[in-house]
Amino acid sequence: MAFKTPTELQYSKTHEWIRIEGDEATVGITDYAQDALGDVVYVDLPEVGARFEANGVFGAVESVKAASDLYLPVAGEIIAVNEALVNNPELINKDPYGEGWIVKIRVAPGVGALMSADAYAAYVDTIKH
Amino acid sequence: MSETVGLRRTPLYERHLALGARMVAFGGWEMPVQYSGIIEEHRAVREAAGLFDISHMGEVEVHGPDALPFLQYLVTYDVSAILPGRANYALMCRPDGGIIDDTFIYNLNDYYLIVVNAANTKKDVAWMHECAKGFNVTVSDVSDQTGMLALQGPLAEALLAQVADADLAALPFHGVMQGRVVHTPAIVARTGYTGEDGFEIFVAAEDVMRVWDELLDAGRTIGLKPCGLGARDSLRFEACLALYGHEITEEINPYEARLGWVVKLDKGDFIGRQALQRIKQEGVARRLTGFEMVGRGIARSEYEIRDLEGAPIGRVTSGMPSPTLGKNLGMGYVPVAFSTEGSEFDVVVRDRPVRARAVKMPFYRPRYKKN
Repeated sequence: MAFKTPTELQYSKTHEWIRIEGDEATVGITDYAQDALGDVVYVDLPEVGARFEANGVFGAVESVKAASDLYLPVAGEIIAVNEALVNNPELINKDPYGEGWIVKIRVAPGVGALMSADAYAAYVDTIKH
Repeated sequence: MSETVGLRRTPLYERHLALGARMVAFGGWEMPVQYSGIIEEHRAVREAAGLFDISHMGEVEVHGPDALPFLQYLVTYDVSAILPGRANYALMCRPDGGIIDDTFIYNLNDYYLIVVNAANTKKDVAWMHECAKGFNVTVSDVSDQTGMLALQGPLAEALLAQVADADLAALPFHGVMQGRVVHTPAIVARTGYTGEDGFEIFVAAEDVMRVWDELLDAGRTIGLKPCGLGARDSLRFEACLALYGHEITEEINPYEARLGWVVKLDKGDFIGRQALQRIKQEGVARRLTGFEMVGRGIARSEYEIRDLEGAPIGRVTSGMPSPTLGKNLGMGYVPVAFSTEGSEFDVVVRDRPVRARAVKMPFYRPRYKKN
């Protein structure tokens, strides 16, 4: 099965995507990640105003089976969270790169190791069967 | 996710891949955790029927004139009460009362079939051989030659009746019989691990694919779904059936696990009897307790439990959002004082204490077919 990896986004090894626009960015989890997790039933969202280092745990997505930590790909301050996920966590499964976005941040200096869409797709190929 | 080297596969491995299953490592086996989705599969079992490949389970046959006295010595349950054509849950305990494994014992008239957990099969068989010294019995591990399917749910009987040459309506709860399923010799038992009516079917390993295919085909019109270990876990969790390595381990005794009903102290000598008698007299310090999350958060296995002052008092053994009840539920070991319904404590979810309240178990009242 081929997973979507939009080329305009950047990716982390922990399966988050990030869309950087100026000093702001939107973060979610990848199509591969939502598929591996299964039905998302709960999203643990951070508080607006919370600050995280690059690769810091800013929340979690949970399925019936397991909880999976969310890592912020770059350092930043949370400026918005996707409140729609509180009542409709399945948006992450349905539209991981769109309505299933998780947080918006103001980017601070200290960029983590990001991958292009091609590099991420190749990385996913190495970890799945 | 890619650590599948050295894992064993059931005869249905290719079928699982063809059905789009996500495969995971479990107890030394590469098994399907889900096909269409855990919630959908869970609902199919509660409302219609689900088919599980459980060929990873261990099967051990006990033959010989001393089969009954041997099993009476080996397990805590009174095996003499398991009449021919009947089965029951039983525990193997260490001399100190710790649980080696939980098993199902099937009385097949001229021998006993014991089903054990996949991850424990090697350990259990070695223990059984050790304990069999001095008894005139043959203990044979037939796991490799045996395929095992579970067909569970309110429509399981009607569905199985279409492909089985066996009087299923006459088979009572925990009854077992030899018959034919899809023209293949099979052992059919009214047992399971979901809290629903249903069957477990044993056939030769080389026949299991044919039986699987025919059952899936016959069930298409009634909503039968292939189900993975994910739904198996969420279903057994709602019915509060113990999972080895979680609710029960060698460091936990049956009274702590609320499995005192499986310990028959007055049946005669058995391994662990002295210790269990003492534990029962003295009472236990901690007890398996079901709880509901009051605050926002999902309890997971191994999460710490604290009292309301913040002192650690135990650990979660299983926890998840219950698909049937729509609540975040859990089980864990806490001091007896916290184990009564309504008691409050905190579960530490990602460094944050989240309030939980003890509730009655099982969370989901099983719908077994009992006369």
